[in-house]
Order: sequence, then C-alpha cells, then structure tokens
Amino acid sequence: MRELELYFGPQHLGMVGNFSITLKVEGDRILEATANPGYLHRGFEKLMEGRSWIKNFPMVCRINLVDPDHMEMIYAMGVEKLAGIEVPERAQFVRSIYLELARVSSHLFGLWAYANMLGFDTVSNWAMYHRDLVLDLFEELTGGRVYHIYVWPGGVRRDFPEGFTDRMVSTLHSIGGCVPDYDTTFFNNKLFSERARGVGVVSREEALAMGGVGQVIRATGMKYDVRKVDPYAAYDRVPWEVHTRDDGDAYSRICVVRDEMIESVHMIFNLIDAMPEGDVYNRVPNPLKWKIPAGEAYVRCESSRGELGLYLVSDGGEKPHRVHFRTPSYAHGLAILEKTLVGANIADVGNIMMSMYVVAPEIDR
Amino acid sequence: MSKRGFLNSLSVGKHLFGKPKTTCYPFTPKEPALRYRGFHLNDWDTCTGCGNCAEICPNDAIEMIEIAELESVPGMKNERPRLDYGRCCFCGLCVDICPPGSLRLSRDYFHTHFDTDTFVFTPRDDKADQEKFVPDESYSVLKASLSHRKRNYEGFSSDLDYALFEPERVPMPEIPPTERKLSFVEQVIGYSKEEAVHEAARCLGCGLCEDACPAHMKISDYILAVYNDEPEESLRKIYEDNPIPAICGRLCMKHCEDACALRLRGEPVAIRWLKRFVSDSIRDYKTVLEQAPGQPTGKKVGVVGAGPGGLSVAYFLRLMGHEVVVFDELEGGGGMIRVGPPRYRLPLASIDKDVDYIASLGVDFRFNTRVGKDVSFEGLRQEFDAVYLGVGLTKSRSTGVDNSEKCGLALDFLRKNKTDRPTAVTKEIVVIGGGNVAMDVAREALRLQQIQHPGEKTVTRMVSLEDWDEMPATSEEIEETREEGIEFNPAWGPKKVLLDDGGNVKGLLCMKVKSVFDDEGRFAPTFREDEEMVLEGTMIIEAIGQGPDFSFVPEGEFEKMEFTAMRKVSVDEDGMTSLPGVFAGGDIVNINLDAVTAIADAKIASEGIHRWMQSK
Repeated sequence: MRELELYFGPQHLGMVGNFSITLKVEGDRILEATANPGYLHRGFEKLMEGRSWIKNFPMVCRINLVDPDHMEMIYAMGVEKLAGIEVPERAQFVRSIYLELARVSSHLFGLWAYANMLGFDTVSNWAMYHRDLVLDLFEELTGGRVYHIYVWPGGVRRDFPEGFTDRMVSTLHSIGGCVPDYDTTFFNNKLFSERARGVGVVSREEALAMGGVGQVIRATGMKYDVRKVDPYAAYDRVPWEVHTRDDGDAYSRICVVRDEMIESVHMIFNLIDAMPEGDVYNRVPNPLKWKIPAGEAYVRCESSRGELGLYLVSDGGEKPHRVHFRTPSYAHGLAILEKTLVGANIADVGNIMMSMYVVAPEIDR
Repeated sequence: MSKRGFLNSLSVGKHLFGKPKTTCYPFTPKEPALRYRGFHLNDWDTCTGCGNCAEICPNDAIEMIEIAELESVPGMKNERPRLDYGRCCFCGLCVDICPPGSLRLSRDYFHTHFDTDTFVFTPRDDKADQEKFVPDESYSVLKASLSHRKRNYEGFSSDLDYALFEPERVPMPEIPPTERKLSFVEQVIGYSKEEAVHEAARCLGCGLCEDACPAHMKISDYILAVYNDEPEESLRKIYEDNPIPAICGRLCMKHCEDACALRLRGEPVAIRWLKRFVSDSIRDYKTVLEQAPGQPTGKKVGVVGAGPGGLSVAYFLRLMGHEVVVFDELEGGGGMIRVGPPRYRLPLASIDKDVDYIASLGVDFRFNTRVGKDVSFEGLRQEFDAVYLGVGLTKSRSTGVDNSEKCGLALDFLRKNKTDRPTAVTKEIVVIGGGNVAMDVAREALRLQQIQHPGEKTVTRMVSLEDWDEMPATSEEIEETREEGIEFNPAWGPKKVLLDDGGNVKGLLCMKVKSVFDDEGRFAPTFREDEEMVLEGTMIIEAIGQGPDFSFVPEGEFEKMEFTAMRKVSVDEDGMTSLPGVFAGGDIVNINLDAVTAIADAKIASEGIHRWMQSK
C-alpha cells in the first residue's frame, strides 16, 4: 500500500489550538507522526526578561489560556521564593480554592474539546455551560473571566467578596448534580468507552521516560501529584485523594480527569471549612523599584495537565535575568504523542491528543 | 463504572423539557460582576497627574497628556492619563498603584467603532462627563460604547489594603515628650540606614514634589540614590540645588511632602528626614562632593547676612569663580536659623557643618560684623561689584497692648538663650502667638523651666488669636507642643498685661476672638468685648511675628528702595532691587518665610548677579 503524508492541522477540524501534526500514513494506519509546534510562539520567556517583576504578573497567565491560574501561581511562587516573601495563611487557602476552581474550569474545557472531538456534542455543550458557571465565579472574585490576574507575589489581589463562598458552594453543587448525567451519557456510555478503551496506551515506563505527568502518569496507576509530593498553598491542610487508573489508555486518562474534578469540588468544600480569618496579602516592596536579590529558584505545582515548573533567575535587578517554564504539554504533545500515535488510526489522532490534554500555547511559550 | 449500553444515555433527553440554559444576550441582560475590570474611570478632581499608572502599565497603554483646561498647582499636575484600548489588557495594575485612588475600572466593556482613533481615550467619570454617562433608563446595550456608558457603574477599584504602594511611612525614632522636655537634646534621632532605605523605597518617583519645592531640588533622584544605598550620590544630587542639607534636613517647611502623591490616602514620603539622613551619614562633604571654585573672574560680591539665602548665594557664586565675602553680626553662620530654632530641633553643629563646607570653597565669612555699624552699606556697594541682601526678619513685633513693654520679645528671648546665658525664667509663663516661632519660644521656655526649677510645678501657657484650625504653626509642631504638656488657649486675644503693686507682670487679660480674618481673608481680628479671662503668668513673651530691620541702609538709599503692596522688597526677575547692583532674597522678599524659599531666591539672584557683573 502507498504511504501518504497527511497534514493534521493547523487548519483541521480535529485540531484544537494552533498546533499541527504531520502524519505518515499507510491506508488508515499511522506509520509516523511529527508534531509541529510554533504556530503560537510569542517568546514569553524572553519578553519576561525585559519587564519588571510586577509587569510580568499580568502576562504569565497568557502562556496558557485554558488554565491561566496555575501560571500566575507558579510565577508568584517563584518570586516569593527568590525574594523571601511570606504569604499569609488565609491567602494560602484562598489560593488553593482558586486553583481548584481553575482545575474544574480547565478540565471542563478539556472535556468540551474531547467530547466535541468524538462527536459527543451534548456532553461538550454541557461542559462548556458548566465551565461558564465557574467563569462567573471567577468574574465575581477577580473581575476577569478568562485571565484572572489574581494570584500575585505576596498573596492574592483581593479577599473573597461578601457572600462569595455561599454562591461558590451552590454553583459547585449544581455542577456536581449533573455528574450522573455525564456518566450515563459519556463515561459509562458504550459508544464512548468502546471508542476510548485500548486507544493510545502509554505504559508507565514510557510515560516516565518521556516526562509524562498529570493524568498521563496517573492513568498508569502511579500516584504522582505535586500537591501531595511537594505540597504548596494549603494542600497539606485538608484531606484529599490522588485518583488513578491502571490501563494507561485514553479512557483511563479521561476517567482520571473526571475523578479529579469531583475530588477538587470536595477539596474546595473542605478548604472552605478549614479556612482561617486574616489578611490575604503581604505587601511587596514598591513595585516600581523592586529589586530581588540575586539567586535562582525552581518551583513546581500541579496544573490541570500535570506538573508545571518554573526556573527563575535574578541577577539582583529589577527584572528577571532568565525565566524558563517546564510545561506538561511539552512532554505530552511532542514526545509522548509522537510515540503513541504510531500504529493508531487516523480517526484516533484527536482522541489520543485530547485525552492527554495537549494545550499548544503551553508548548510555544 | 461498569460498561452499560448506550441506550441509557438517551435518558438525558429529559433535559429537552427543561428551561433553556442559554442566555440570549443582549435581550436577556447579564450584569457584569461588581469587581469587573472594564473600561477606565478617572476622577479628574482627585487625580494628581502623577503618572504612576503610565509607569506601571505593562503594555505602555497609558500616556500622560497635558490638559489645557486644567491648571498645574503644586501637588497636582495638569496631566491626565490617556488609554490606548488597542494595547490595554485590563489587568488593573494602574488601579492598584494609583495613589489618590482616582483611577478605577468600570463595568462597561463594549465599544464598536469604525474609527480606530476612538480607541484612544482619555477617561473621566460621570462626575466630570455627564454626557457620556447616561442613567439606567436611557441606557441601551445596543448603543453601548465609550461615549454611551452607564452612570454609577464602577467595577474594580482601588483598595488601600491591596495597594501597590506603602501608605505608611517608616516611623521616625524620637525622644519621648516626657524625656525630651527636660533638656535641649535633639528630639529627632534620625533614620538608621535600613530605615532610610526602607523609607526611600516608598517613593514612586513621580516628581510632584520637585515641582512643589521652591528650589526644585532633584528629590526623586536623591531618594533613589538613598534607596540604592548610595548616600554619596544622593548628596551630590542635593548639592546641585541646595547647599545646606543638614539645616534643611531638619527644619525645612517641606512643601515637597505637602505635594507628595502618597499624602492623599496615607503619609507622604519623609523627604526631609531622608535629606537629613544623607547629610548625617556623610562625615566629610568635601571628599564626596569634590567641588572646586570656578575660574577666578576677578569680580567681588558682598553678601549681607549668613542665613540660608546668604549661604546659598555665596555657594553658587563661588562655584562660578567669583570672590564672595559674607558679613553677619552673629558669631557664626546660619543667620536667623542660628538664633530662632531651638537646639532640640537644630543643633549648632549641624549649622556649622554646612557653613564650614561653604567656607572651605573659599568664601570669606566675616562674622561679628554688623553692616551699618562695623562696615557701612555704602562702603560695601563701592567695594563690591554686587551686593546681596539676605538679612531676614530680625525684629520681633509687639502686640502694643497696655503694659506690653513689660513683656519679653520672642527673638530676643531665643537669641539670648543661644548666644548668651539663658534667660532666667519664672514658673508661670505665658507665650502670645500661634506660629512656629511661638511654639519654639514656649517649648524652649518649658525646657528652661525644667532646668531652672527642677522638681517644681511649672506652667507654660500659650494664647493665640487663631483657633485650632487657623493656627499658622505646622500641625506637627502644634502636636509636639501639646505632647510636652503646654497649655493652649486658642481664639483668645491679649487685651492688657496685668501688673501687681510692685509693677511686676502677674497675668494677661484676654478677650474672646470673634474672627481673625475679614471676608476677604485679610488679617483683621474682631473680639467679643464681654467675654474675658485672665491667664496667670509672671513672665509674658510676645511671639506674634517678625519684621525686617533696614536701619543699616542710609536714609537716602532706603527711599529709593521699592516695596511691594505686602511690604516686601521689590525685586526684578534677576532678584535685583531698585538699587542698581543690590540684589535681595529670602524673608524680606518672599511671603513663604522659610529657608528653602530663601535658597530658591538665592539661586535666581546668583544667576542674576553673575549676568549683571558680566555685563558691566
């Protein structure tokens, strides 16, 4: 049979985001896949070297639009570590709640993309609707819907508004009430499970060798979550579980996402109960002349797609000397995806890619 | 999750009969959240034009533009931020850095227009721009744009708890009132290096202070140098405009701090104390400044009075290469600054530090030499190419009430304490006046009482025509005076000094003040004759103001001197009086009556003198 080169993206219905994969196919079977990032390269890391510490804060979130909050968090953590800034206890709880909301919102967005890719339009519309409800909460808390620009060095930008906790709980309850619907229509639906089981299998060894994190590694049965292994914010103050599956296929990955969403909601309820009173912001020095002592810091957190890292170097000046992000999609979208696609069907490219939740802007930062 | 058939999934068809979830915008309105970050609002009345918003904007979306219809006054520039909505990312950093909190974000977010220029926009709020902000009933979302917005639609706005600037200053360590009133030890201890750097870090560098400073000192620069731990650089910056930092760092009237953008919702940057820190932290100015007099010009200038003005004019002219001789009747430099401010505020060593540096540049100081007595004014005019008068206000005024000749006068009292043996004070003292000099007199009298009558009950009373809110002394000085336990009697005017049978002072008869100023704001006190009280006191000191002493100018010349309506010496833009070659500045010329304005006058006059001598 004749080999054919097939361009999957960037202008392709199955491609979410500015990303492309060049496939070498024989009939319906993929012989080789080459990921082509770069369509969204904006040079963030270089841009950040030219801006003061505070001016970078509204920008980092833009590296990843589906989960901007963990970008803010990691930058704040990096700056706090370098500058030795203490964060008030209440702010740690607010940050955790905020980040878990972000995880729910991001997973719902991912579910939208995934279900949409497989033709489950009803589910994808639900996911989008429920995400919008979470965005309403973000809007109320931060004033922005997509880019919240909320977690900054020293704490968070504003405390919860009056009555916010109650509205958050009620919104999360109403979303949680729809889980059975999601289950019957999607996760337990044979039309879906048959489609996703055994597809895009990544073994634990492969995943570890290629830098897999997040749901990719947890779908292979490994209980690895930065929130547990290197706790930050208030994640070690409340009980919660790391959810895993064993098969390492697309179905396991999306089920890990489902369980994580539910766990996040439970965690938010626990955090609200344990949240102390107090300040949520320790004022940073005058940002117009803020200099951070020379040094380097590596910080990491668990974004909605897995371990997110930031390497930050200061030369003692008013701007970062070097910034580098370790983003989960970089490993998932390049190495693991290229490897996993080999032998798969063309129809499963989107399926596999979105089950790993590859977000292109994160690769091109 | 067990595998089930796909038919189960059809059960969700029940949602077909539910209420639709989709919001049909704009027909179903959706209100943005209360903290929504939409278009900007700016209260032009409180915006200071400081430009910190433009400074912090990560996208350079804000530009400060001059508004012709606004007037620039100290502490408020006539500039306002202009937004480019092609660049703005609505992060709200501008809101959090805004010192007055005038810049806010609204909950409006719609703007559609074919003209891209409309996206460049100078925000105002509904207070100033009624036309563009329509009430709810006339608002239509279909017309929403930057020129059709809702009234009272504030979103993300400033909160002092989350502001990016520090509203509170680093407290200045001071000796507590109970301790300091027992001696003349300097009240203010001064910042340590860490405290100074911390305080300097608060400065946003907007430069509003520089416009307000009469001498236009490069305040942002010298504070930045303190922040960078470079006091030497800071001193060099200070000396570009002010050659008496140790003096000004202690008793400047700090017009700069009154203009500081941070004052509006917090405390201004302690500019004066930072200047003091710089001058105190450098032991030897000469090695740091490395200044040398300019090329000799062969011209000679005589300066009458070694006060702040005289010292400054001597410094600036000497740097230009002229020969300068300064005459003063006192035994050291400083002029009225040497006599007036008590030692707990300005130790003589600080004055001498500044004066000695100026002398080291080759300025010839002739102390204990009174012009008009030891040397003649006419002689000076002949000997020197130009003469500068920086004589200040050296004569205390008296109330002129009955028996007022029995009272002491403020400047005599202060001068005697500094230059001679301290005045013997009684246990009950009344000080008349509500200005800074009156506070100095009262506090100095209190200290002398503590020293001369230790352990005994003493009373120091103050009486002023002005009520609390009108008192001319600075609020800081009034507060410190009250802390030391001095009794205030505001809004009472002296009527008569009461004497006992032996002709000694026994008290002051006062009457209640109705008003101090007339409708036009001129000083014209009126009294309630029926309301009287007696302030007991065996010593009364009058501190109601000072006037100039021109007795050194020969009568014929004095007649040629022109004065303004405020009885100030009239000078031209070069600082020259109506007598050719005679320049003047300081308290005899300006109405601010403070050291830094005298320096400003001196700067102008030194340029003027230089030009005058070159042209001759």
